[in-house]
Amino acid sequence: MTHAVFRVAFAGPHVSVQDAGRYGLMRFGVPASGPMDRKSFAIANAALGNPPDQAGIEVSAGGVSLDCLSGQVSVAVAGGGFIVRAGARMVGSWTVLTISAGDTLTIRPGPWGNWTYLAFAGILQAESWLGSKSTHGASGLGGGRLATAQLITVTKTRVQYDREGPIPCPVWARPRHILRCVPGPQDRFFSTETLAEFTSSRYFVTDAFDRMGVKLRGPALPPISALAIPSEPILRGAVQVSGDGVLTVLLSDHQTTGGYPKIATVIAQDLDSFVQCRPGDAVAFTAISPMDAVLLARTDARRGQSFLERLTALSGHPVTGASGSSRPVGA
Amino acid sequence: MSADAQPTPAAPIFRAVAERAVLVEFGTIIDKPTHAAVLKLDQALAANPFNGFREAIPAFVNLLVEFDPIVTDHASVEAHLRGLLDVQTSTSRHPAVRQVLVCYDADFAPDLVAVATKTGLAPEEVINAHLAGAYEVFMYGFAPGYAYLGGVPAPIRLDRKPSPVRGLPAGSVMIAGQQCLVTTLIMPTGWWVIGRSPTPILTGDPARPFLFDVGDSVTFRRISRAEFDRIKT
Repeated sequence: MTHAVFRVAFAGPHVSVQDAGRYGLMRFGVPASGPMDRKSFAIANAALGNPPDQAGIEVSAGGVSLDCLSGQVSVAVAGGGFIVRAGARMVGSWTVLTISAGDTLTIRPGPWGNWTYLAFAGILQAESWLGSKSTHGASGLGGGRLATAQLITVTKTRVQYDREGPIPCPVWARPRHILRCVPGPQDRFFSTETLAEFTSSRYFVTDAFDRMGVKLRGPALPPISALAIPSEPILRGAVQVSGDGVLTVLLSDHQTTGGYPKIATVIAQDLDSFVQCRPGDAVAFTAISPMDAVLLARTDARRGQSFLERLTALSGHPVTGASGSSRPVGA
Repeated sequence: MSADAQPTPAAPIFRAVAERAVLVEFGTIIDKPTHAAVLKLDQALAANPFNGFREAIPAFVNLLVEFDPIVTDHASVEAHLRGLLDVQTSTSRHPAVRQVLVCYDADFAPDLVAVATKTGLAPEEVINAHLAGAYEVFMYGFAPGYAYLGGVPAPIRLDRKPSPVRGLPAGSVMIAGQQCLVTTLIMPTGWWVIGRSPTPILTGDPARPFLFDVGDSVTFRRISRAEFDRIKT
């Protein structure tokens, strides 16, 4: 069986193994984890013809550098605008290339985004916890965070010259600054004026940003009643308001329950693009009805599925019109 | 939904959450009838799932039901859940009694003095009140292995701190309102930390990864710092 071995020359914070996620265990306090940007993760796998849930490496703005010690394998990098260097080659993320023994693959932050995904044409060997290789950041359970000098093995490697070259970056994988959300489930803890301020103000992404959530800077939204809410279940995307009125948007490794009121919940399809907004970026919230949110989810799923199917089926250069660029293609 | 109506076990309130969930509320404060209604619907749903059901997360006063929005929607899920409210389920579980060790040494109890000050008690009285509580595992939540124990005695019930504090060590024994829990990870929290426990909740045993089942009774037993250190080494 063919395999490739990498040595981690460098890994920034929050660089970890992720698959599609660990679903169905929130009742045991276990969040789904999985990729911060599920859309880009799915694209990286599709670009290699992989199953959609195959484990890869989530690379944070801290970057990563891997020395290929042996073997040869095609890889895809998708998500954000990162810079990928392999041997003498330097390209942007949204690319498929082949790495051989002796190459160093380095992924560093570039013009935009916070997260990119490294998928392998092969099986990344990593610990599984409760049925998934996704890393739960706070505990390190699952495939785990990458550490300098660690060896990584990829088995059943494939070399796919026919897939090398740029991957089209759809507009829906770009950062999104207008976040559609459904009010509640604790919007009743806020005055009408405060609710209006929530949807009419600009908020700024801060660097208090990890896989659990991101704090926003902007007008405080103090709840009207004391904080004695019995802890209750939380969904990824919840906009939690602490007692001093500060907003936190909860992300992949979110706590599964909490007692701070949630003024709204960002719909899933906007959350994946929101996490590519950088600290300092301005965002705004738009309230939509639950049924509109359902209809958007259906439209988005059809669009995403059709894009992934075309990408999976491709062999040979994707037709993007501008080779080597990662400019958006039509939605 | 009416803003002023109060949910009850007999007349729950259904709230839409994002594009993919319904939160069923049976009350606003932690009590046995409310929690019993949560568990009853949870069990009925497990026995009668709808098409597009993803998962249900039971909590103190409510049940969050997540669904696949490609397959169904909030109104259909609400209708299904309403139909389950009258379904009879049999519960024959005999809850176990679990003991958790706790050391109240000052090094482990950064908030003990603050809790004493806020409640008008001496620190030793806070400890005795905590030990006297009759606790029951109401749910898991927040993070892996975080078992929420209802039953903190009235004299030491406090609201959460206004803002979470980061970096509290695993094993912290903490309280907020009627709730108590023993942490399993280094996590941020807005709760009051009054001690530390050497009893593992994440057991490391694949056959039984968590110490408690929901519904178990829990008692705390006080240990000295010397005992704590002996157990941890």
